[in-house]
Amino acid sequence: MAINTDKNSYTIIFSVIMVLVVGSLLAFIAQGLKPTIKENERIEIQQNILYAMGVNENEEGSREFIAAEKAEQTFAEYIKKQLVIQNGEVTEDENAYLIDIKKEKNLAKDPSYSRRLPLFVGEKDGKTYYVAPIRGKGLWDAIWGYVALNEDMVVQGVFFDHKGETPGLGANIKERFFMDDFTGEKLFDADNNFVGITAAKGNADPKNDNKDDNEVDAIAGATITGDGVSAMLKSDLRLYVPYFQKLKNN
Amino acid sequence: MGLLSKKDSKLILDPLADNNPITIQVLGICSALAITAQLKASIVMAISVIFVLGIGNVVISLMRNVIPSKIRIIVQLVVVAALVIIVDQILKAYAYTLSKELSVFIGLIITNCIIMGRFEAFALGNGPWRSFLDGIGNALGYGVILIIVGFFRELLGSGTLLGFKVLGDPIEKTGLYAIGYENNGFMLLSPMALIVVGIIIWVQRSKNKALIEEH
Repeated sequence: MAINTDKNSYTIIFSVIMVLVVGSLLAFIAQGLKPTIKENERIEIQQNILYAMGVNENEEGSREFIAAEKAEQTFAEYIKKQLVIQNGEVTEDENAYLIDIKKEKNLAKDPSYSRRLPLFVGEKDGKTYYVAPIRGKGLWDAIWGYVALNEDMVVQGVFFDHKGETPGLGANIKERFFMDDFTGEKLFDADNNFVGITAAKGNADPKNDNKDDNEVDAIAGATITGDGVSAMLKSDLRLYVPYFQKLKNN
Repeated sequence: MGLLSKKDSKLILDPLADNNPITIQVLGICSALAITAQLKASIVMAISVIFVLGIGNVVISLMRNVIPSKIRIIVQLVVVAALVIIVDQILKAYAYTLSKELSVFIGLIITNCIIMGRFEAFALGNGPWRSFLDGIGNALGYGVILIIVGFFRELLGSGTLLGFKVLGDPIEKTGLYAIGYENNGFMLLSPMALIVVGIIIWVQRSKNKALIEEH
């Protein structure tokens, strides 16, 4: 039996059946694994927040996240309060870390919507950390991160991640050598204006000794990803300024 | 006489040495350079490719008489893409950190030239059992090189194997580091993978002169 596989009608019917079969197979598998993947992502948020605060597996400055099995417990131990700031009002919400920043940013395009801003208050060695999530655009896709601040909005630690930046270039934003440069940097300039932190090229400070210049050394070959990091730090952390001002006045 | 006939075992053994996809056919170099900085990532990539190529070859071989020749490349792509998405989803569910490390490279399996090459060159013209052996053989040949490269890059670049500090602790200055040994950071960069692959090719060809092409 030979089928004439060169006929156009055959080709079309074949492709339709193939798409239907493959499509439903993939949909079925994706649905089945969804709960497990969601749970992994939830744990990852906790790991990221702890990492920004400097709570890592092994000790301070280690490159590794708290192990997934311990994340839930460690998170509860270090994070004292989870706040949601909306319209200047601060409420506590123990699931604030599950707020989808991407969704909130999209909703905030409508001017009548006031964005919910999660803030995680953690304590380590007697010091208080305020960890804020940020999100923006890199070269190819989304980039996001968590920034740990003290009461004066001086950076105590950061964690960046990305969806698909170029390996070896933009993807290096999640490397320790880049993230560590942010520690100690200020978000305000000398005149107390909010300026954020810029990943700057040729700022004559490659070792990042100057912590007052609002700049860190950019990654060579990752200009657009670096600009994305600067932009998301500026746009997203600015929203938290009123909260920190209130904190200071009290 | 073992489990496989002589002809069949050749399908598995040839790609491991004298017809290795990386060192002889020079296919699949891109992923060999990209993910071999750590042994663990190399092993996982090798296993994923064995899975995708083994099953993919069988699927294509079973369909070889009904695939419309006009769209056969598209059909092949759909089969690889579907298998890769399945691997990706399973890794995301059961090996999350690993899937983050491999990130884009899992997707890159789709474009791995070895896979399309075997579909086109072998599975379209042979039965499922032979195609399966051919797929496993080629994926193993690819995996072996990946693991060799990953072994040397992780050992010489980070002083670890699968994350264990086999050469001592570089910060505490124990083991080899006590006598002044230093890790070679170059080994972590992709160009060094090319050099390691080059050395493997050199060793292989000087052992088997028949592999040296005439000019």
